[in-house]
Amino acid sequence: MIFSPPRWNIRHGLNGDFIFKSITVLFAFSILGILLLMTVEMYQQSLPSLLKTGWAFITGREWDAVNGDFGALPYIHGSVVSSILSLALATPLSIATALFITEVANRKAGSVIAALVELLAAIPSVIYGLWGILVMAPWLQRTVEPFLNDHLGFLPFFSGPPYGVSMLAAVLILMIMIVPIITSITKEVLLAVPDSQREAAIALGATRWEMIRMAVIPYGRSGILGAVILGLGRAIGETMAVTMVIGNTPKISWSLLDPAYTMPSVIANEFAEASSQLHGAALMEIGLILLVITLIINFMARLLLWSMTRSTGGGA
Amino acid sequence: MNAIRKAFVTLALFACALTAGTAGAETLINGAGATFPYPIYSKWFSEYAKIHPDVKFNYQSIGSGGGIKQITAQTVDFGASDKPLSDAELKAAPGQLLHIPTVMGAVVVTYNLPGVGKGLKLTAETLTDIYMGTITKWNDPRLVKDNPGVKLPASPIVVVHRTDGSGTTAIFTSYLNSVSPAWKSKVGTGTSVSWPVGLGGKGNEGVAGQIKTTANSIGYVELAYAFENKLPYASLKNKDGHFVEPSIASTSAAAAGAAKHMPADYRTLLVNQPGKNAYPIAGFTYLLVYSHQKDAAKGKQLVDFLKWELHKGQKMAPALLYAPLPANVVKMVEKTINSIKY
Repeated sequence: MIFSPPRWNIRHGLNGDFIFKSITVLFAFSILGILLLMTVEMYQQSLPSLLKTGWAFITGREWDAVNGDFGALPYIHGSVVSSILSLALATPLSIATALFITEVANRKAGSVIAALVELLAAIPSVIYGLWGILVMAPWLQRTVEPFLNDHLGFLPFFSGPPYGVSMLAAVLILMIMIVPIITSITKEVLLAVPDSQREAAIALGATRWEMIRMAVIPYGRSGILGAVILGLGRAIGETMAVTMVIGNTPKISWSLLDPAYTMPSVIANEFAEASSQLHGAALMEIGLILLVITLIINFMARLLLWSMTRSTGGGA
Repeated sequence: MNAIRKAFVTLALFACALTAGTAGAETLINGAGATFPYPIYSKWFSEYAKIHPDVKFNYQSIGSGGGIKQITAQTVDFGASDKPLSDAELKAAPGQLLHIPTVMGAVVVTYNLPGVGKGLKLTAETLTDIYMGTITKWNDPRLVKDNPGVKLPASPIVVVHRTDGSGTTAIFTSYLNSVSPAWKSKVGTGTSVSWPVGLGGKGNEGVAGQIKTTANSIGYVELAYAFENKLPYASLKNKDGHFVEPSIASTSAAAAGAAKHMPADYRTLLVNQPGKNAYPIAGFTYLLVYSHQKDAAKGKQLVDFLKWELHKGQKMAPALLYAPLPANVVKMVEKTINSIKY
């Protein structure tokens, strides 16, 4: 009797509604609590390094465990460049795939392709890394990179000897890994566009492409942005696949053919045996920087989303 | 339907309880550390399990740096390292840590040069300069001079080193330290150094994999990894001026001199040893155990294993290209193992 009050008689006190509300509030705040605890713990663990190097940590280029000299700029550069480039390559590919699935292909073909794309997302990242280092990196070293060297070598982006494992390899692997995420979410967003919008555009005499451009994409703009941000989040945090194909060299270089190093990679490689307390604290500080960058990106995306939905007044 | 479901669940729970019961009967001993001796250790663990099915060893090859860290934190029962611990590291351990030398291995310089087979000749100077980035192309005049008759390509050298804390790195860099004052002042030695050039691989396995898939690359791995992956290795010029190929004989020759003056705690390096056939980059590899074992049952099992590997296990070493310990060292180690209390 106490746990199932009649619908018209909501009582205060220890009844089912109250318990339900408190449990859900507890769970919601516990997630916030975990995030806060993580940030506080990482800050505390990285204090020795924070106090020693201060802001110079973000601009320093030397990473010397023997002498206790730590600078994170090569890793920040590696993470940011690999994520942004892979996003730039993946976004048009994903949006085009999602458009194909929803607008162009017939229902059966569309669902088959959608299932295959989602299968790509289910593959563990270590498998991507193994494929990258055993198949893709040698192929890059033998075929693609000499080609780029010969024809585009005058550009600083494609200069330097071909190693195979390089920033280029990491960008390509990340692109393959984030396409399924962006595609799935964009597909859902596009499917949610009401048919009335499409029909209105066609009624005005638009061709198929004009209909997509005028009615479908603007309606789903905020959702597509959300998908892109999720893809960026995965790209920045991806550890194993990137570690295996990026070459693990903390050097900043203009060339895509040179090896690089990302923040998750250096933590994965060095944390298990950080030789001194300062070394461990420096790696924790890199983790803290990674967390802060992720929060900043998400915050900016939210801001962009808010400004876009405010002006258009429609969409998901 | 309900009765069938109930019966199924009861049966499943019963089966779990049964297997949990039998699993609890065997002792699990955890260890972590060097990738250098991983091939011989995994052979020993599997052979020992055939004789003693009640003991199970679980070894994680995470690198010597990781092994030192984990045994100091006491998260494992034994550690493994190619680099002997420094005084500071020994002091940081909560208890007296013993070094138990198990086998000797060679750090070989392996490469992937299409068309070039085993036996590329490298001197201390050319090897150091390759790793410093001074020599950048395979057809550098100094390499060509040392290797008449070998067709060296005009490609850039892809240098590979370790990213993780590694005893193999410690042995390799201590060799470069001893032959090159420039290396000593610029880079130094340790399980993790700031490499002037090169790509990084994780573990001996990572470096071997990187070399196997990248053309024109050069790197350093333990002999067993080069052998098992069918990678060619270089002959190095030793202290006496002879080009020596890494092998069990040349590794044992390197230890012959050091064995006469072996310190009581076994902390010594075997790099750049004198001797006509001595291979210049060799080293002992150690198991790290506490002299006072907290868990009596595990301690006894561990000591029994150590005694087995010191006598029976040594015989399996040559097949994997590790050199067995010299006879006088075996006697010393036996006394040390007997001193472990549990």
